[in-house]
Amino acid sequence: MNRKKLQKLAESLCRTAKHFNKIEVECLIKLFHTLVVEPSDRHVVIGLDRNMFRNILHVTFGMTDDMIMDRVFRAFDKDNDSCISVTEWVEGLSIFLRGTLEERIKYCFEVYDLNGDGYISREEMFHMLKNSLLKQPSEEDPDEGIKDLVEITLKKMDYDHDGKLSYTDFEKAVRDENLLLEAFGPCLPDMKNSMAFEMQAFQETGDL
Amino acid sequence: MGVALTRAAQWTSAGSGTGTLEITPLNESLLNDIIKFVESFSSRHPQEAAFVFREPLEWKTQLDYSVFESGYEISATTVQSDERDKDDQPLLLLTASTIRVRSFGQLSRLLHIAMEKKLKEAQACLEANRDPIVKILGPGYGTIEGEDMSMLRLLDRVRKGGDPDTEIKMKIALLLQQLDMQLLNSSLKHISQEVRLTPAAVKNEVDLLKHFSGEGENTVLESLEYTSDYEFSNGCRAPPWRQVHGEICYLIVKPHDTDPLYITCSTAGVFLNGGRGKEKDDIDYERKSDVYKDLITFLRERSAKFVENIVKQDYTFFEEPTYEKHYRHMEIVDAEDLGQSQKFHDYSEKNAFERTKSPPVKSKPIDKKLEPSLKWKNVGPYKSFFSYKERGKEKHPQKLSESTGTVSYCAAELINKVSEKSDEISESSSESEEDEEQPERHQEGNTDLPSEYWQIQKLVKYIKGGNQTATVIALCSMRDFNLAQETCQLAIRDVGGLEVLINLLDTEDIKCKIGSLKILKEISQNSQIRRTIADFGGLQIMVKILDSPDKDLKCLAAETIANVARFKRARRTVRQHGGINRLVGLLDCVPMGSANLTPHQEKDIEVARCGALALWSCSKSTKNKEAIRRAGGIPLLAQLLKSPHANMLTPVVGTLQECASEASYRLAIKTEKMIENLVKNLSSENEELQMHCASAIFKCAEDEETRDLVRHHGGLQPLASLLNNSENKELLAAVTGAIWKCAISRENVTKFREYRAIETLVVLLTDQPEEVLVNVVGALGECCQEPANRAIIRKCGGIPPLVNLLTGTNKALLVNVTKAVGACATEPENMMIIDRLDGVRLLWSLLKNPHPDVQASAAWAICPCIENAKDAGEMVRSFVGGLELIVNLLKSENKEVLASVCAAITNIAKDEENLAVITDHGVVPLLSKLANTNNDKLRHHLAEAISRCCMWGSNRIAFGETKAVAPLVRYLKSNDTSVHRATAQALYQLSEDPNNCITMHENGVVKVLLENCG
Repeated sequence: MNRKKLQKLAESLCRTAKHFNKIEVECLIKLFHTLVVEPSDRHVVIGLDRNMFRNILHVTFGMTDDMIMDRVFRAFDKDNDSCISVTEWVEGLSIFLRGTLEERIKYCFEVYDLNGDGYISREEMFHMLKNSLLKQPSEEDPDEGIKDLVEITLKKMDYDHDGKLSYTDFEKAVRDENLLLEAFGPCLPDMKNSMAFEMQAFQETGDL
Repeated sequence: MGVALTRAAQWTSAGSGTGTLEITPLNESLLNDIIKFVESFSSRHPQEAAFVFREPLEWKTQLDYSVFESGYEISATTVQSDERDKDDQPLLLLTASTIRVRSFGQLSRLLHIAMEKKLKEAQACLEANRDPIVKILGPGYGTIEGEDMSMLRLLDRVRKGGDPDTEIKMKIALLLQQLDMQLLNSSLKHISQEVRLTPAAVKNEVDLLKHFSGEGENTVLESLEYTSDYEFSNGCRAPPWRQVHGEICYLIVKPHDTDPLYITCSTAGVFLNGGRGKEKDDIDYERKSDVYKDLITFLRERSAKFVENIVKQDYTFFEEPTYEKHYRHMEIVDAEDLGQSQKFHDYSEKNAFERTKSPPVKSKPIDKKLEPSLKWKNVGPYKSFFSYKERGKEKHPQKLSESTGTVSYCAAELINKVSEKSDEISESSSESEEDEEQPERHQEGNTDLPSEYWQIQKLVKYIKGGNQTATVIALCSMRDFNLAQETCQLAIRDVGGLEVLINLLDTEDIKCKIGSLKILKEISQNSQIRRTIADFGGLQIMVKILDSPDKDLKCLAAETIANVARFKRARRTVRQHGGINRLVGLLDCVPMGSANLTPHQEKDIEVARCGALALWSCSKSTKNKEAIRRAGGIPLLAQLLKSPHANMLTPVVGTLQECASEASYRLAIKTEKMIENLVKNLSSENEELQMHCASAIFKCAEDEETRDLVRHHGGLQPLASLLNNSENKELLAAVTGAIWKCAISRENVTKFREYRAIETLVVLLTDQPEEVLVNVVGALGECCQEPANRAIIRKCGGIPPLVNLLTGTNKALLVNVTKAVGACATEPENMMIIDRLDGVRLLWSLLKNPHPDVQASAAWAICPCIENAKDAGEMVRSFVGGLELIVNLLKSENKEVLASVCAAITNIAKDEENLAVITDHGVVPLLSKLANTNNDKLRHHLAEAISRCCMWGSNRIAFGETKAVAPLVRYLKSNDTSVHRATAQALYQLSEDPNNCITMHENGVVKVLLENCG
């Protein structure tokens, strides 16, 4: 990619991804291009496919839960083409790394709303939490703990008592207790990983 | 009998063979029961008594031939009974020291004969015949554990008819079995009374006592050591081959007042062993004392000093038996039958009542949140009765927890005592360990637990067994419980939640750490939780977290430390793990008062605030004050003191006023210009802040410059106006204290008069707590140094309440009151009132007070009274024994007392009659004895007293004879002119006796006098 094109792209992305300055955006674009394998066919959309992205999440940000990683991919992939474009990459990272609380609440809700119906239902919660407890073989119903945990969560977060979490419920609960932001599994990088990523991404290219 | 003997009796060697029966209370009662049975056997069952044993019971007796009388055939070497069996064999045969007995009749006769040796004989008999039934009835009747068929066989044989012998056998067997049951029952009673020690309980107790051992007067023991450093995995330190005998560990205890004690702790209790032999490693395991149920009981028995040093808090020890009785009784009911439920009912009711009463409830604000006794109310008598069965099952663990509970209660008491001591020494306002006096409370059974308890238990389970997501959810949910409630706090602890929460702090996950700290912060309001957190090493981890880059985390950790570090040990732990340096580091944030802070900077300020909170808690220990100073905390605190926010200022000023007990801080507060800010915040809206500011000024204003600074910054007016807020007693105490100290400067007194503070102070002389009174009276005493103020006090009716306070007992108060009354007495008009109220008599009686400070202060106050009273001589004479009392005070060791008494004597001696009386009481030699002193104050008043006392009879000559003259001459070389004046007076009086003149001359009086003339 030539310099001029890069500048232009960076400038336009700078406006949408407001947590990065222009230099940082440039760095991220460059990083994107080092990650993406240049497709042979010029007409195919350039971008990160699901596996590549998941690999980044796993290696760089230490995520382990397959389902959550899929959901994070979906959250990045705004146009649902199963491929993260450079725009989606920069805009996604803006929230992922430096989002305000509001942005992050929105993002997390999107991740947890598995079927995208605007609610996190009991079943979705169960699905996301099902591996969160050490299974006790002695118990009659091994899922009992998980079910109980779901109820506990609902009791805590379902303000309108309709048995599922709306965005309003979720937002209110998180604002009340920030710890609940990632209530159903880690989908944001922790401080150490994100700092390491930023340092690497912005420094490396800054050297150029 | 067989079962009882094999199972219940305590045989010394664990294996079979010829063991010996130990003399333990249990065995003794078993033997006594058996003796009673045998003794009454022949009268109650004459037929069976004649039954001849299959084999004789044979043992070595200690009985002498001579005790056998009629019915026995006594020869040189044998004693035979007249009673014989079918084969003409004697039923009792004694040869040498071996005795053979073949019937119950003979056995019971023998026991009658043996008299007081009964017990020994029975013991010897049973030791030699481990299963007597076999010998009595034959081998078929041996004691078999488990199902016993012998009775059935016998029954069969009886039914087949015939043999009368079998029938008797049957009866005897039945009787013996009855006895056996009876023995088992009574031994059960005994066993259930015993506290079986466990390695953990022993360890607890040892650790506890170690805490209070060491060099010095106030420790309970000089030292306490295990003999072995190696601890087996089961917690025992005894070698395995001794563990078989139930022994847990061996201790060497050195009490203050006796030789080292070598002690064995075994599951049966604590006793003295034979000590170490010459070879270092040899322990003589033999038991040398009675068995005590625990170490403390043992030591109480052995060391008077130990008792003395814990005795003042002893009521816990006395209370303990009540608890035990409760348990004991419960178990007896359990073991015997249910028929006595009524009695049990009474007990439990009584105990429930006592327990609700027993915790010393202090009116600290914390207590309100704890709801201390609610739970015990729930454990009503009926519920406990119905649940007793369940408890019976758990009796062992429960008893243990009860005993450890008492131990920790004792710990609290001991610590409390220590802290009281240090309180007396250091002036530091709040070194008191408010929280360690709370007794340990335990969950009783599990019948009355609220549902929260189970929910919390479940959440703890999820935290334990969940990944970080589940953990965070459970933590958040736990926060929804009312964690200020004691039930929830203790529920978390009881199900092992504290350990888990503290472990979470050691993980990498920030969210878990935050969630855990949020809970710990809340529940650490509870003193028991605080202690447990410290026990689990929570403080060390939290100190480490202070280094974290996450500011929320830092804040929470600091706040939790602030809560936990409310007792000494915790404060020490924080310091020893570098907590003070880190906390001081938190204080470093943006300059206060800068406008337009970024959210970042605001967060920094919040971190600093939390740091200050933690330092405030920590600053209650003297060493921590020093550590804060060395970590550079003072300038940072000074910086934060400029903050406009009360929530920041309160911990900062709190820390400063706490530290102001140290001279270095007082200096720094002055030089770092903190007085200005302290004064400014006296006008804050926040009463707590006002109080800490006033308290800081109180402590600092001993220094003159500081007093002037307070005035310069306009601090006197707010202080004076705060006097009107008389509802908040803590505030009032601090404010009056500050006024007292400030009033030491005359200029300040003038200001206070302008602000009409004196009138307000007089109002505060009645109906105030002692802390306030001490300061109010102190302040009035200082104000009275100005003549104008003495009149003000009189006019607003301050003298009667002051005189009234002379009847108090508080030492500090008495010192101040006497001073104030003395100052008032310098006005004749005031003196009339004092005299009318019999104030002088009250002052005089304070000379009998044990505290030298009070004695001195009272004697000083007596001086102006005598000077200004009408008919002073008559008044003084009217105090029966008063003159003798004051003369005898000349034997005091305290220089201030001596000086004040000399001054009083000077005034008393103005009346000739009184002078005569005190001369009779031997005032002259007592004064002469004091002459060799270097204390100028004493010299001054002594010389005056001598000069006065010369006026009577041959006292001049007596002073010469008691060698008072030569030292007086030397007084003239002192640097104090008042000493010179008084001495010259005295020498003048003494010089009327020629012999004294000679002595003076010999001591070179002329030269020094001439020097003084110039």
